[in-house]
Amino acid sequence: MRDTHRTQNIAFFFLLLATLLIVIPVGLIVVIIIQKGLPAINWQFLTDVPRQGMRAGGIFPAIIGTLYLVFGAIIFALPIGLFAAIYLSEYSRDNFLNRLIKLSIVNLAGVPSVVYGLFGLALFVVFFKFGASILSGSLTLGIMILPIIITTSREALESVPASFREVSLSLGASKWQTIRHIVLPNAIPGILTGTILGLGRAAGETAPILFTVAAFYLPRLPASIFDQAMALPYHLYVISTQVPNVDEKIRYGTAFVLLALVLFMNLVAIIIRYQFRKKKKW
Amino acid sequence: MVKFAANNLSIWFGSKQVLKEVNLDVYANEILSVIGPSNSGKTTFLRMLNRLNDLQPNFRMSGEVKLEEQDIRKIDPEALRRLVGMVFALPLPLPLSIFDNVAYGVRMHGLRDKEKLSAKVEESLKQAHLWDEVKDRLNESAFKLSGGQQQRLCIARTLAVEPGVILFDEPCSGLDPISTAKVEDAMLQLKENYTVVLVTNNVKQAARVSDRTAFFLSGELIEVDSTDKMFTAPLDKRTDGYIRGKFG
Amino acid sequence: MRKIKELVIEKLILICGLASIIFVALIFLFLLKEGLAVFNIVSPFKFIFGKSWYPISEPAQLGILPLILGSLLVTLGAAIISIPIGVGCAIYIAEIAPLKLKEALKAGIELLAAIPSVVLGFIGMVTLVPLIKNIFHLPTGLTALSGSIMLAFMAMPTIVSIAEDALYSVPKTYKEGALALGATHWQSIWRVMLPAASSGILAAVMLGIGRVIGETMAVMMITGNAAVLPNSILVPVRTLTATIAAEMGEAVVGSEHYFALFAVGIVLFVISFIINVTADLFLHKRQ
Repeated sequence: MRDTHRTQNIAFFFLLLATLLIVIPVGLIVVIIIQKGLPAINWQFLTDVPRQGMRAGGIFPAIIGTLYLVFGAIIFALPIGLFAAIYLSEYSRDNFLNRLIKLSIVNLAGVPSVVYGLFGLALFVVFFKFGASILSGSLTLGIMILPIIITTSREALESVPASFREVSLSLGASKWQTIRHIVLPNAIPGILTGTILGLGRAAGETAPILFTVAAFYLPRLPASIFDQAMALPYHLYVISTQVPNVDEKIRYGTAFVLLALVLFMNLVAIIIRYQFRKKKKW
Repeated sequence: MVKFAANNLSIWFGSKQVLKEVNLDVYANEILSVIGPSNSGKTTFLRMLNRLNDLQPNFRMSGEVKLEEQDIRKIDPEALRRLVGMVFALPLPLPLSIFDNVAYGVRMHGLRDKEKLSAKVEESLKQAHLWDEVKDRLNESAFKLSGGQQQRLCIARTLAVEPGVILFDEPCSGLDPISTAKVEDAMLQLKENYTVVLVTNNVKQAARVSDRTAFFLSGELIEVDSTDKMFTAPLDKRTDGYIRGKFG
Repeated sequence: MRKIKELVIEKLILICGLASIIFVALIFLFLLKEGLAVFNIVSPFKFIFGKSWYPISEPAQLGILPLILGSLLVTLGAAIISIPIGVGCAIYIAEIAPLKLKEALKAGIELLAAIPSVVLGFIGMVTLVPLIKNIFHLPTGLTALSGSIMLAFMAMPTIVSIAEDALYSVPKTYKEGALALGATHWQSIWRVMLPAASSGILAAVMLGIGRVIGETMAVMMITGNAAVLPNSILVPVRTLTATIAAEMGEAVVGSEHYFALFAVGIVLFVISFIINVTADLFLHKRQ
């Protein structure tokens, strides 16, 4: 009897250890970045262009570039992803096509990000001749976050009780009217959560934008969607590996801005999800 | 006049047969109640009349159902459901305000004029005996009403669409006796202008409210006759057994 | 009129529904379009098993075995580290942690999952790499081991959350039955719940590994980028992903190098396809 309890205590100790081995480094990483990156953050850093070969100055073009890319990605991914989710939730039946679609979504979610970069290069930059541009980059990122949008939107739609749909149809409304007036409005918090998570993902990815849009150094802001742009993740990569003697403060500062942006978006998404679960009226 | 005519109606869900060769007419402006133990097929029959069964993925039927001489499979389902309304077993308000609940069906059919909508909502709520209790709070969420009020709201919502037929699927199963009495009163008044088909587990309710009663057992229609006759001298002894509470 | 509008909308919905299939097909198609051309220059066998990767020499040597082994080594190392820790953490969260702690832990794991890989690569570069160099007295800390450790961190959130889901969905009656027979909590976990959740946990591991194989930026910044056959875990290596990312910038569109990199992309796509489909099968086996 005592023996089995001792086994249990040992086992539980190791399980706790495992958990700490994950949680503590995460905490440390965040703390290091805040500690070493926060000093670099000032108005000048955020609004100035890089100077002296990116060893000084600010990261403004990279911030703007990231915002453009993320915005472009969601313009592409949200409508398509939402409609795809509506198809899966409201129209599809349990047949081969349905399984194929779900399998494709799983696959899209698992494609390595650098392969998306290759795809974007081959399709948008070369084949469609858009060149390395915000357009190519946004489209590539958009396809990459499509699985996230579809999956979270579908869950949100499916969580609307079936009885509401039945009631709406029994009153003579059409299927689309039911979706538009009853299902969609009540799924919006979930859809919003998924959208913001997708945005966060798009903001942090480097490989897909390497060959499709990222510019090493662009002192002026992009003027159109056919221009290249700088972006935060790529900028961090460049000043960490390609440019020697960059002040440590600037590197950590860039990492801080990128991390803060991504974590902020995730936090907002989590808060929306939490509020939604609390305030559900039915 | 015959409103609905079901001829040799059989229904399967997948491989399970739920209705067997049912032949049943529904007359205009009557209250027909459908009684029987659970799984007797009565709700399936009811949901055939507004084609809600179509929503089930493995639904299959043979035979036919006619609405005033027209095969209902040939009528567009949306149009059919405008003519045949339904009140469900549990009160199911939509997640909207009281006003928007009642106005929902009519809005979906294209009515936008605010004055006409308000008039329609008021008229329907009065018909459902709910107007006085909610007239000052039409913009509140429908979920704030009590169970009985919600059910009368659902009736008002159905009436607003002005169907010719109203189907009631065990509408009082979740309600207290006072709310039940109010719903039954509403049903009796509807008879003047509507045809009513009522599925109920409560045999006494059928006796109180309906003109004719149909008894279903295991997917078959056993007997249908005027309510008086069914409850005093039924022809089939299974009908007799069920009505007396010997089973079911 | 409304009917026509609705018909158009519903057709659009159907097309978007098919979008994911279309995009997967497109990705595969374009990879093939640009990558198959390399097999005019080198046979598939020599490509996959060739030991030398010198794409810009004359004549170009296009063997990706060093890259495959690099990916394999790093992935294996990451798996050895992340599987026990990840599954252990999942068990802790699912079965042992008190409720409030559970929510905090799950949030912490989501946080880790959200950290961009370039940030993790950066941190690894400035903290882990010098550490490894000092501990093992190496000429450089840019090694497969460093990569494995960092990548383990990237795999763990995936493993933890999916494994935790798998444990959560084991019917309570299984556990209660074991406890009622006098088993300790740990015994009920070890003997009953883990086996019951095994296919889900397996899927979690596979998806975690899939994430590691596909990782690019962190590897590029930490493993050293030496495209030679590794002889230990303490030397620089080059993965399939890092090769594409590092060299595509210099490759001229339409050159042999360009095609070769796309061919590497095909290999990556096929590997991740197999892993994802298999993992998905395991996830749905229970249902």
